[in-house]
Amino acid sequence: MHQFIRLHIVASLLLLIATLVFGLLASWAFLFPETYNQYLPFYQLRPFHVSAALFWIISGASACVMHFKNDAFGYSNQNKTLEKLYITTWIGTIIAIFACYALKKFGGREYWEFPPVLCLPLLISWLLLMGSYFLPWFKSAANQPMYVWMWSTGLLFFLLTFLEQNLWQIPWFRQSYLREVTIQWKANGSSVGAWNQILYGTSLYLMVKISGNEKIARGYPAFFFYILGLSNLMFNWGHHVYNLPASSWIRNTSYLISMTEWVFFIRMVQGFKNTLDDRRRYKNLIPYRYLIASEFWVFLNLLLALLMSVPAINRYTHGTHFTVAHAMGTTIGINTMILLSGFSYMLGIDKIKDKAKKIIGTQYWICQYSLGVFWFSLIAAGFIKGYMVTFQGNTNFQEVMAYVSKALTVSSIAGAGLLISLGTIAVVYIRQAVTMVVREQ
Amino acid sequence: MKVLVWTSLFIIFSIYTYLVYSQCDQKDTTTTQPNAAARAGFNTWQQKNCQTCHQLYGLGGYMGPDLTNIASDPVKNEAYIRAFITTGTAKMPNFHLQDAEINNIIAFLRWVDKSGRNIVPKEKVTLSGNYNLDH
Ligand code: HEM
Ligand code: HEM
Repeated sequence: MHQFIRLHIVASLLLLIATLVFGLLASWAFLFPETYNQYLPFYQLRPFHVSAALFWIISGASACVMHFKNDAFGYSNQNKTLEKLYITTWIGTIIAIFACYALKKFGGREYWEFPPVLCLPLLISWLLLMGSYFLPWFKSAANQPMYVWMWSTGLLFFLLTFLEQNLWQIPWFRQSYLREVTIQWKANGSSVGAWNQILYGTSLYLMVKISGNEKIARGYPAFFFYILGLSNLMFNWGHHVYNLPASSWIRNTSYLISMTEWVFFIRMVQGFKNTLDDRRRYKNLIPYRYLIASEFWVFLNLLLALLMSVPAINRYTHGTHFTVAHAMGTTIGINTMILLSGFSYMLGIDKIKDKAKKIIGTQYWICQYSLGVFWFSLIAAGFIKGYMVTFQGNTNFQEVMAYVSKALTVSSIAGAGLLISLGTIAVVYIRQAVTMVVREQ
Repeated sequence: MKVLVWTSLFIIFSIYTYLVYSQCDQKDTTTTQPNAAARAGFNTWQQKNCQTCHQLYGLGGYMGPDLTNIASDPVKNEAYIRAFITTGTAKMPNFHLQDAEINNIIAFLRWVDKSGRNIVPKEKVTLSGNYNLDH
């Protein structure tokens, strides 16, 4: 592996640690605003946390693609200059974004809360990454396995949704508030789908490498599930804006398309026995263990997401911590687990010292249990608000939040477990990456 | 074959995107455009990052209440909103805004309020689990 990719892995892992630290602080600022508002208010900590989380996932995903694509396209076909330029601009802009948050300079878009001028260097760096990927892609053989399709789709659609996310700067898009919100969430929703394509592609690639079975990434069944995922990326974002009095066909399309995800769910249930057999075979491999964890969290989160995608149920869950449970359940349980699997594979974690491996083994379980408590307590918080506000019609915000906060105290404690476990894993991986860089010099 | 399926899907997506942009708001948008104050208020709303604590249409952070229809709240009048923004509270920080900025934010919230209701009434839920929000 190239050194600059290893350094990019280190930068991504630092973002993971930042996510965890800011997340825990944000949860305290939420619970004790009287104290935190004087020093580090929630309106600063949340952007720090959410942006670090997003950049952790996207940077990590790009590290995986940059490295694994060489295996698919051939090592001679690579453009190191573009990749180095991408990493430099990308990480440089992220640092500038954090500096803006520290100075309370905001742009106020959900997830992209920094001043919009910084979208420009992000755009340029994404184009550099795409250049480094698509140049060898054009030269590569036809009939590539499905994971290559998924990486390409993810890179392309991230670009499209990123551009769409910035359309609000053209006045026409702000002439109607409904239009503004609809398009903002069309872009955000599909953007999640785009990075998921990169990550699910990576997970499929790793599964092929671990099992040695190329067939799972070829043929029409694999293509069918890819197309189903792509349709959801394109059309299911409407579940973010069900309660908007916009045109009904947007809601209808989204409801219909979201329900096709039951097919994924049923396939998971059917494939359960095979998963168990594989588990017995590969359970000693660290990259595989993270993949199993990600499958487990797909199962739980997909069930919750499918329920939240029914408008009649969304009426209770929308605008509550159900959404937060889903958002963090997926980004930690699915996205982060796949990234750690990819990083374990790239850094050769299976070959490190037994002592370090043992630490990872223990922290892995602390992480899964903490996430379980974290997830259920956020759902409880969502349930309390949904019940009190939508079912009982309680409009006294402070009264509702007094109950919600009890559940959030539990999630904050579980969040500390996540910080310790994922933080320790990140530190072990950073050490491994740095040792590899030093050894090669 | 695979490329054909992909291209067809992409074309459908492009048409769909065009329709979403042009038709998502069913109202006559020439009469519902924001005035200068509301536009300025929208910018202040973003620069002060209000959405990280407050939701509009249920979207945003969860620390503070949803403000979609605060401007037409039967109990909370304009003086109430103004007092909150001017001094902050134990839980909400004081952003030290100028009077003009506060007026603009209120104009922005009025404009948002006119775009529709945040809460979907129970009667609008249909048997298929969908909403019927058509007039
Ligand atoms: C790994 C996969 C996924 C990730 C990372 C993810 C991420 C997210 C995020 C970050 C949000 C929060 C939006 C906000 O802040 O308001 C969200 C909301 C939501 N997602 Fe997902 N999502 C995933 C898969 C799915 C799937 C497969 C479905 C449908 C079957 C789905 C349905 C929903 C729904 C219904 C909402 C709530 C909308 C609302 O009421 O506000 N998600 N998702
Ligand atoms: C890898 C770890 C993590 C990832 C990827 C992650 C991701 C996210 C995302 C995507 C959101 C936006 C949710 C939404 O808008 O619906 C969020 C919000 C949040 N997260 Fe995390 N998170 C992580 C760890 C943590 C931890 C350990 C805590 C500490 C308890 C935490 C506390 C919070 C809080 C308080 C919010 C704000 C919710 C609100 O708006 O009220 N997060 N996180």
